[in-house]
Amino acid sequence: MYRYDEFDARFVAERTAQFKDQVERRLRGELTEEEFRPLRLMNGLYLQLHAYMLRVAIPYGVLSSRQLRQLAMIADSFDKGYGHFTTRQNIQFNWPKLADVPSILEALAEVEMHAIQTSGNCIRNVTTDQYAGVAADEIEDPRPHCELLRQWSSLHPEFSFLPRKFKIAVTGAPHDRAAVKVHDIGLRMHRNEQGEPGFEVIVGGGLGRTPMVGKTIRGFLPADELLPYVTAIMRVYNRFGRRDNKYKARIKILVHEIGVDAFSELVEAESARGDHGEAIELAAAEVARIEAYFAPPAYEALPGKDPAHSAQLFENKAFARWVRHNVAPHKVTGYSIANISLKPVGGIPGDATADEMRTVAGLAERYSFGEIRVAHEQNLVLPDVATRDLYALWQALETAGLATPNLNLVSDIIACPGMDYCSLATARSIPVAQAISRRFADLARQEDVGDLHINISGCINACGHHHVAHLGILGLEKKGVESYQITLGGSADENAAIGQLVGPGFAADEIVDAVEAVVRVYLDGRKGREERFLDFFRRVGIKHFKEALYAPAQAR
Amino acid sequence: MSKIITANHLIGGDVVFLAENGWTPNVDRASVADDDDTLAALAARAADAEARNIVVGAYPVEVRCEGSRVVPLHYREVMRTRGPTVRPDLGHQATLGA
Repeated sequence: MYRYDEFDARFVAERTAQFKDQVERRLRGELTEEEFRPLRLMNGLYLQLHAYMLRVAIPYGVLSSRQLRQLAMIADSFDKGYGHFTTRQNIQFNWPKLADVPSILEALAEVEMHAIQTSGNCIRNVTTDQYAGVAADEIEDPRPHCELLRQWSSLHPEFSFLPRKFKIAVTGAPHDRAAVKVHDIGLRMHRNEQGEPGFEVIVGGGLGRTPMVGKTIRGFLPADELLPYVTAIMRVYNRFGRRDNKYKARIKILVHEIGVDAFSELVEAESARGDHGEAIELAAAEVARIEAYFAPPAYEALPGKDPAHSAQLFENKAFARWVRHNVAPHKVTGYSIANISLKPVGGIPGDATADEMRTVAGLAERYSFGEIRVAHEQNLVLPDVATRDLYALWQALETAGLATPNLNLVSDIIACPGMDYCSLATARSIPVAQAISRRFADLARQEDVGDLHINISGCINACGHHHVAHLGILGLEKKGVESYQITLGGSADENAAIGQLVGPGFAADEIVDAVEAVVRVYLDGRKGREERFLDFFRRVGIKHFKEALYAPAQAR
Repeated sequence: MSKIITANHLIGGDVVFLAENGWTPNVDRASVADDDDTLAALAARAADAEARNIVVGAYPVEVRCEGSRVVPLHYREVMRTRGPTVRPDLGHQATLGA
């Protein structure tokens, strides 16, 4: 993984010292809250419903064991013994004291981490495929490009005060696990006819109150032209993006209002305006330097089939189930990608205790070259596990209560913190997720339902990505009580789609029954297990579900 | 309509309510304004506390009084008096037994 050079280390140390001084001035009363608020937000510090919240950047979701241990230390020493992994591959601490935040930032800097670019109208922490660099279906490792974008965007003077926040996602694989089509800029790597790597550049995707699937403005951008081209996009957005209305300030609105062709022309004109030869050369040199940090670990030459592993699969059904759902194919023969679900039955999606973090850090050291990934689905990943070690890993995870075998099943729910923590929320998300996971606790039943993604947001800002869920739930306030709308048919992958609203909302005590009713419609109507929920929805349409969900009420 | 004033403590960030002798985490001890003049007086005290960097983000909350209990009308504000509903071991509910 990337290691800080002298510049990076100095930059983060200086920023930490700067914020320490700002906190001290605030506590002495030399800065008003109005003056301090933008400064704390630029350092990831929010004031939430019950307390401050510090959001720590995990660049493109990659963590070392050392870093995860430090996060555990922070959780124990400065917070309440746990952290919350977010839908943007970051981690949040929900209870820091303002006076402690400089010490937390110092502790983060010790392990090459910070909380910059986790708030404010800047280019936020770049996200990517949690399997980057190891996925069997990958074209090329996107992480060097992510790192290049990270370094380029960190406190970029031209792009630190954009009309609104800006999110970039990159995938190096044809199967999109990074939801790139619902980001401000989405980059999908592919090869041209000459076999050279490049990106499809997608712009203007996003969720929130105006969900949109992004539009392609360049089918193929040579990889070494990435930085100048992204710069051109940012300049067009910075110049023409609306600043008069917060709700119309994202790039998706600009692209929508002027049209993708006009937007594309502006970008191409801006891109052609200067001689980018030098920038391309610099970027290429920098990518080459960065790529060295992402050299593969010292993989052993292992056989494709491990007899002991095959026997364990045969003999232990619980292990076989975990492998079936939580283990993904690795690009190197004899290795596997192991997912650690943070969605136990009745648990809080994405929460991990300090002890759990230390357990995962230790297991990563023992079995995965000391590296961990954070998935935007709020799970953790050990990316480089020898297949022969899977059984021992699973046993250790079982002992730690971290072996829930539910990836992509109905209980693998994405949920924002909702009103249990968030000051913007209009309803709670977590209790709904907990209730659904309890209702569907039976793993055999979950397996029967199959691939069904439920995402829950506690307000229209859609941090829980409900628009792109197969079954999305949006919590709102209706006449002074929580009300939950259901959307169906969304998808976050390469066939991204925005879910359709099925009808009026459900009360908090009705929403789990409504979810179960949707599942029942699917189970009763599918052609067989091979017809997944999303396939079924696309075949029968939303009307089918409306009738099942609302007909009983209408009949009453 | 009865109202109280709430805010967050500057240093700790925890939810507090304006009471007779300063700020308290216990909503039942909050000073309740039953008329505009009383509310204006409470708001002035809150503004002063903000200016003196004791609290941040002060605002009024509608409540009803049930005996010795002060109960916000909106569920969001009820949650602020207690803590996360999914973690009864955290927030004021853990220390005050709300």
